[in-house]
Amino acid sequence: MTDHDQTNETRQEWNDVHALSGAYAVDALDDLERARFESHLRNCPDCREEVDGLREAAAFLAVDPVEPPARLRADILAGIEAIRPLPPVVAPEPQSEPDDGRRRWLTTGAPLLVAAALVLVALATTAWLRPWADDESTPLTATERVLTADDADRFVQRFDDGSRATVVVSRSEGRAVVLTEDMAPAPEGKDYQLWLQDPSGDIDPAGLMPDQADATVLLEGDASDATWAGITVEPDGGSPQPTTDPIAEFVLDA
Amino acid sequence: MDPGVPAPSGSPSGASAGAAAELAELLRRSARGDRDAFASLYDAMAARVHGLAVRVVRDPAQAEEVTQEAFLEIWRTASRFDADRGSAVSWVLTIAHRKAVDRVRSAEAASRRESTYHQQNQSIDHDSTADAAQASLEARRVRAALTQLTDVQREAIELAYFGGYTHTEVAALLDLPVGTAKTRIRDGLIRLRDTIGVGR
Repeated sequence: MTDHDQTNETRQEWNDVHALSGAYAVDALDDLERARFESHLRNCPDCREEVDGLREAAAFLAVDPVEPPARLRADILAGIEAIRPLPPVVAPEPQSEPDDGRRRWLTTGAPLLVAAALVLVALATTAWLRPWADDESTPLTATERVLTADDADRFVQRFDDGSRATVVVSRSEGRAVVLTEDMAPAPEGKDYQLWLQDPSGDIDPAGLMPDQADATVLLEGDASDATWAGITVEPDGGSPQPTTDPIAEFVLDA
Repeated sequence: MDPGVPAPSGSPSGASAGAAAELAELLRRSARGDRDAFASLYDAMAARVHGLAVRVVRDPAQAEEVTQEAFLEIWRTASRFDADRGSAVSWVLTIAHRKAVDRVRSAEAASRRESTYHQQNQSIDHDSTADAAQASLEARRVRAALTQLTDVQREAIELAYFGGYTHTEVAALLDLPVGTAKTRIRDGLIRLRDTIGVGR
């Protein structure tokens, strides 16, 4: 969500989000709520302070010590040998934590770039395998072709916070595009991953969403007879199969 | 430092501010790659982290994996610890709790939880925080503080924190109207915070 949207939050919406601080402090939000709340946290010092205090309180609950086996100590001390501690956050801080977004980019940008490169490779391969689509030279072109196709069907999903995701599928183009508006960023260490289901029921990965509130993404894979599209929250870089329930799903009528 | 800051479980005899400051220093040294400091941090916190992992994921083998994941994450992200925002104990346990909850919520674990759901649900009553936490001065403080909560607040917090359930699931488990469990959790934590005297 952008800063602009934050300032336009109504009092009621703000209260609703604020009320999630306790559940957030004890990890009792689902992935989508967590993403939204973390987005809110970046612009709400009051919530950050409250969450910090509630986490202190929650830590008191964990007062039943259980000694782990001795070999675990050896394993962990051996394990850290291969892990470089992250550098401190040294970016200038006009607000308390304005660097959060940038930090996410630093930590998630590389996999996304790899993913983007893979999309390009996939597209190039697709274009090469389908010489009749010879003008499909860039993702943008393919996207535009889907969006402007005569047989483009649109499927919209609205979320409680006013954000929206739309899937546009063109059977003649054999591709689908997802457009998001005001989407909260995926939680730390997670990506939104796209999926397509074919008539046999197989669900195939269809790419990752970029870390943007408003994005237009061409789904990887053949959508000419896809029956379903979905978005799930997955560990950074995506998963071969969905590991969580979809946050958005679209039944694509044939 | 605020005497109410939680002490490491490694020193069950008391919540001393000195111990808390020492843990924070161990974290800062870990961030600089000091493996001895990290080993000391492990020794101070391992039992408490593992106790939390066991409580949440229940399966001993998976709990060990969660404890290991948590400490590797603590090593990797130690530079992000900010003493101005909270205690080292809370920071460490926040990471451990998140790892534990991620584990029980993973799709693989979902089916396992499904089958043990009823049994878990029943065990909550007599396995409550207040009964189990008797080992230390700190535990006694927690037990006392928990009596200040309403039954619903306490149950909601326990289901969320130890059960790893979302507030929506907690609402269903406790037959609360949708959307009210998050309020119970927040109100309960605020009361806990104010009773124990932590936070700001």
